[in-house]
Amino acid sequence: MTSKRIVLHFPHRLVDQPIVYRLVKDYNLQFNILKAYVTPQEEGLMILELSGEENDFNKGIEYLESCGVRIQPLSQDVIRNEAKCTDCGVCVPICPTGALVVDPLTRRVHFYDHKCIACELCVKVCPTRAMEVHF
Amino acid sequence: MKTIKEINEKIKKGQVVVVTAEEVIDIAEKKGAKKAAQEVDVVTTGTFGPMCSSGIYLNIGHSKPRIKLGGGICKLNDVVAYVGFAAVDICLGAASLPDDDPRNKAYPGEFRYGGGHVIQELVAGKDIRLEAVAYGTDCYPRKRLETYINIKDLNEAVLFNMRNCYQNYNVAVNLSDKIIYTYMGVLKPRLGNANYCSAGQLSPLLKDPYYKTIGIGTKIFLGGGIGYIAWQGTQHNPNVARTDKGIPKAPAGTLAVIGDLKQMSPEWLVGTSMLGYGASLIVGIGIPIPILDEEIMRYVAVRDEEIYTQIVDYSQAYPQMLPGTLGEVNYAQLKSGKIIIQNKEVPTGNLSSYTKARQIAEILKIWIKKGEFLLTEPVAYLPGPDSGYTFKSLKERQIIL
Repeated sequence: MTSKRIVLHFPHRLVDQPIVYRLVKDYNLQFNILKAYVTPQEEGLMILELSGEENDFNKGIEYLESCGVRIQPLSQDVIRNEAKCTDCGVCVPICPTGALVVDPLTRRVHFYDHKCIACELCVKVCPTRAMEVHF
Repeated sequence: MKTIKEINEKIKKGQVVVVTAEEVIDIAEKKGAKKAAQEVDVVTTGTFGPMCSSGIYLNIGHSKPRIKLGGGICKLNDVVAYVGFAAVDICLGAASLPDDDPRNKAYPGEFRYGGGHVIQELVAGKDIRLEAVAYGTDCYPRKRLETYINIKDLNEAVLFNMRNCYQNYNVAVNLSDKIIYTYMGVLKPRLGNANYCSAGQLSPLLKDPYYKTIGIGTKIFLGGGIGYIAWQGTQHNPNVARTDKGIPKAPAGTLAVIGDLKQMSPEWLVGTSMLGYGASLIVGIGIPIPILDEEIMRYVAVRDEEIYTQIVDYSQAYPQMLPGTLGEVNYAQLKSGKIIIQNKEVPTGNLSSYTKARQIAEILKIWIKKGEFLLTEPVAYLPGPDSGYTFKSLKERQIIL
């Protein structure tokens, strides 16, 4: 089994296509939509947790790319600007998935990007605006 | 018994023993307060949190022809500054905003850029755009000024904070059914989170609860440079409930501090945006405590478990000035990441960086060990619990027309 959180950028011409349906029907993949925006006349953005057998998964990704969907791992899209973070920890109880955690000894705040679902709650809560989203 | 003079002699000879307010806890426990007081000369404290009553004043030098800003209007990077003084003295507060900031009209407001951010950029050596309008006089004829200013060209650039370094602070929660946006951060409904703001066992005034060594004139680490305590801070409130060891169990003493902004660093003065609340400035402060006797050692050896504070509802009790709290917790409980309020487990968040507080205490320790920082005797003491000094609410009176 392979399971990854990915960000899909749909060009304008694909916004009305049932792309995710094909992933399920033709490639036997499971999906969980974490976030989706469709901006009319512009583009679509969808954050998916996609899982399935490795072979199916890779073929599904190839299919998406062949359609013109741009794919990025989610971990590249939500980042912490280390120069701005002061390790205060006010973001910690706001994060719904436990991706922001205080180390009990060092009191530093760790950001586990593999747990992040890009809900963006931390972004505006951060007093120094250290959490950045780059979709 | 030691005197500050004797400690300074040791600093000059390179024989001083300095530890942080965190390190001293175990030393005092292992050796006992008496022996620890003989061995340790100085304990360094630190704190790094948003301090909204921070500000700067500048003298920009006279233009040719001259302009008198006093009574006029002045903006720094669009943020409104105060010029109700003479010709070219300017004051800027951390919470000031540009005129066109939507504030909370687009609720919750983001407050992306305010006085605190201007202060951080100025300290970082960036050019700041100044725009001013004056009314013009015979001796100061000019009516408009638009220029860049840079900290290196200013005559004076001074950080002056009228209330900083709170001795203890509330834990903020939200009992209501809707999310609220406060200076204590975003508070989720129905006790969704509990936010606190103190370095606890590293915090300066919690380690000198009766202000026996920290007073007016005390030399401190301020924003990465050297500053001094100018006065008690506004809302100084020494007469609150205290533990057996004398530690206030609610917000109590405060400090007004001053220092040369030109020596400071953007690492320790950080512009801040509090969602739905406003702009602010995070300030790094570190204060050395001379260990004059066993009593002072007992105060500095207090640990998080022994420092208590009050849980306050910021949806009703705080805004409406209602008395009473939801109970008290200690800083060890707060730092564990969750506390129990009304039988509910509530996750905690700190607005004050303990990591940075620790770094400040370490830096101050190094300065003292290297002989670069000598201790000062207070020139006057801060009002203590028996001084009669109190923190009053506003008495509103009817305006007579």
